[in-house]
Amino acid sequence: MSAGDPPPALIACRDVTKVYRMGDQEVHALAGVTLDISAGEFVAIMGPSGSGKSSLMNLIGALDRPTSGEMWIAGRGLSQMSSDELADLRNETLGFVFQQFNLLPRQSALANVKLPLRYARTEVTDADARAAECLELVGLGDRMDHRPMQLSGGQQQRVAIARALVNKPRILLADEPTGALDTRTTEEIMGILTQLNRQGITIIVVTHESEVAEYASRQIHFRDGNIEVDSARPNAKRA
Amino acid sequence: MKVGVAAASALEALLSNPMRSLLTMLGIIIGVASVMTMMAIGEGARIQIDQQIASVGSNVLTMSPGNMSRGGRSFGGGSGKPFNEADVAAIRGLSIVDAASGTLSGGVTAVSDSANWATQVLGVDADYFTVQNWDAAEGRIFTAQEAGSGALVAVIGKTVADNLFPNGGALGQRIRLDGTPVEIIGLLGEKGTSGPFNRDDQVLVPLSLSRNRIVGGNKTVARHVNRVEILVQDGVDMEDAQTEIGDMMRERRRIQPGAEADFRMFSVADFIRARGEAMNTMGILLAFTAAVSLIVGGVGVMNIMLVSVTERTREIGLRMAIGARGGDILTQFLVEAVSLCAIGGLIGVVIGFGGALGAAAVGGWPAAVSPFIVGIAFGAAALVGLMFGFFPARRASRLDPIQALRHD
Ligand SMILES: Nc1ncnc2c1ncn2[C@@H]1O[C@H](COP(=O)(O)OP(=O)(O)OP(=O)(O)O)[C@@H](O)[C@H]1O
Ligand SMILES: [Mg+2]
Repeated sequence: MSAGDPPPALIACRDVTKVYRMGDQEVHALAGVTLDISAGEFVAIMGPSGSGKSSLMNLIGALDRPTSGEMWIAGRGLSQMSSDELADLRNETLGFVFQQFNLLPRQSALANVKLPLRYARTEVTDADARAAECLELVGLGDRMDHRPMQLSGGQQQRVAIARALVNKPRILLADEPTGALDTRTTEEIMGILTQLNRQGITIIVVTHESEVAEYASRQIHFRDGNIEVDSARPNAKRA
Repeated sequence: MKVGVAAASALEALLSNPMRSLLTMLGIIIGVASVMTMMAIGEGARIQIDQQIASVGSNVLTMSPGNMSRGGRSFGGGSGKPFNEADVAAIRGLSIVDAASGTLSGGVTAVSDSANWATQVLGVDADYFTVQNWDAAEGRIFTAQEAGSGALVAVIGKTVADNLFPNGGALGQRIRLDGTPVEIIGLLGEKGTSGPFNRDDQVLVPLSLSRNRIVGGNKTVARHVNRVEILVQDGVDMEDAQTEIGDMMRERRRIQPGAEADFRMFSVADFIRARGEAMNTMGILLAFTAAVSLIVGGVGVMNIMLVSVTERTREIGLRMAIGARGGDILTQFLVEAVSLCAIGGLIGVVIGFGGALGAAAVGGWPAAVSPFIVGIAFGAAALVGLMFGFFPARRASRLDPIQALRHD
């Protein structure tokens, strides 16, 4: 590989650091992470609180820029991209699922799922149909007109997953997606993610729960901003 | 992202907190309503002035004896040496003059069979009707010959007719003017009031009749007249006309070059225009007040938009995370601010419409709410939204997605 060529992996991090400055105090959230994630992987990121998991997710999600080091998503170096280009990358290539769901409370499930299409650079004419399709995929075909308040936590998270899927992303990022859910609902959500992974979407999940990590084909453990263990799990739990 | 979609979600955001939106709009509503009322008042006053000028004629000059210092501001004049009919004839002979009439006025008691009425008698030439563009609504005006010979005829104004003949039928009747019997040959069309003077409360008689039998002659000047009403030819500059007539009159009255003239000239149209300008100044002052309330309204909008940006920081972060560019967020909040102001503007337009009609009714001028005025008032509101919405919208668009998402 020559100096200028992007790494072949779908997601590549080279010596990535993230330093937060709070007054005169510096917090080294990531201390030089080098990581490749290939297309089609299902990765679980684990580690103690404050070890840098969310910091890394935010960088991969193009929501934040590293303090140093270089990152590539789908062959594109993020440091060279403008904030508008990063927004487009988030819209087209990445899908987010948050622990707190982050649905718009006054909008119906369908409207929430449609939201990313509103920011698509190429006009989407079949937004309603696509949003409905995604809601059916997560098993909420009969709840499209419900507002978030009228849905259970698990159902809300499924709406959020549908929203992350609506613009056909290659990568789905989920930071503690089941952190606010009970065991049975957790299994439902993880089942959906596994199914999506089988359809070819690369999935990265941050979690504290080993039962959740069971579903992943690769587990990465963080400690103090560094990768401690990176292990493939050929016999991952298949829902 | 299309503006239509943004407008729809903006409306939704505003409706989600209707009371707050309404209170925020209040400044805009008041501002727009006053802009509209002010403009309608200004426009109505302008129309009224135009009508008044049209009714007196914009190229009519009135000449009266006495200079400014002696005559003061008084319209009455007459304090200096009067003019005579030869002066009138000379003026009439100028090429720039279409018509000229001497006038001689005085108070008189008019008596009919059934009533009497204290009014003003005005002796005039037949030219007077041309100068004033005034004709009889019923009957006829008197001829040059009748005017010259001092025939016992009169043309009376509406007010006089109504008071002397409450039951109508004035035409052809005989009345006495301080004892002089005259026949009513014409009823004048209504002219209305010009300043404090009711122009319909007059009896017009031939000039020589008025001089010889009613008002009386002058000790020093034979065949005298009080004033001269002059109709200047169309297209001639009124200043030039005043200079030309003035120069001739100075010569006729043997005034040394450089000495002050003992007569003066003015055009009623100029006087009305000057009064209109004073009203304009007033209008500008009121428009300024309206602008201030719009600005205050704008600051209110800015304040509430800043609050809204803070309240919805997480939502902004979420939108950014799913692909909204800074520009999309900017558009969203800008459209929201403009919608807020536009709705306020609409309500303001409705209230301003009422205000303009009310002001017109009170002020007695034509109501003049034109689409142009509505457009200006509404446009001002939208502009305020754009200007004062920009700062909060830009602040929203520049939020850091991660910090916005973490906001609680
Ligand atoms: N915006 C920030 N400003 C300052 N420090 C921060 C900020 N975000 C994270 N940190 C610090 O960086 C370190 C890593 O945080 P991060 O959120 O990545 O941890 P995490 O592994 O996701 O933890 P958890 O499991 O609790 O979510 C922590 O010490 C945290 O306090
Ligand atoms: Mg975290």
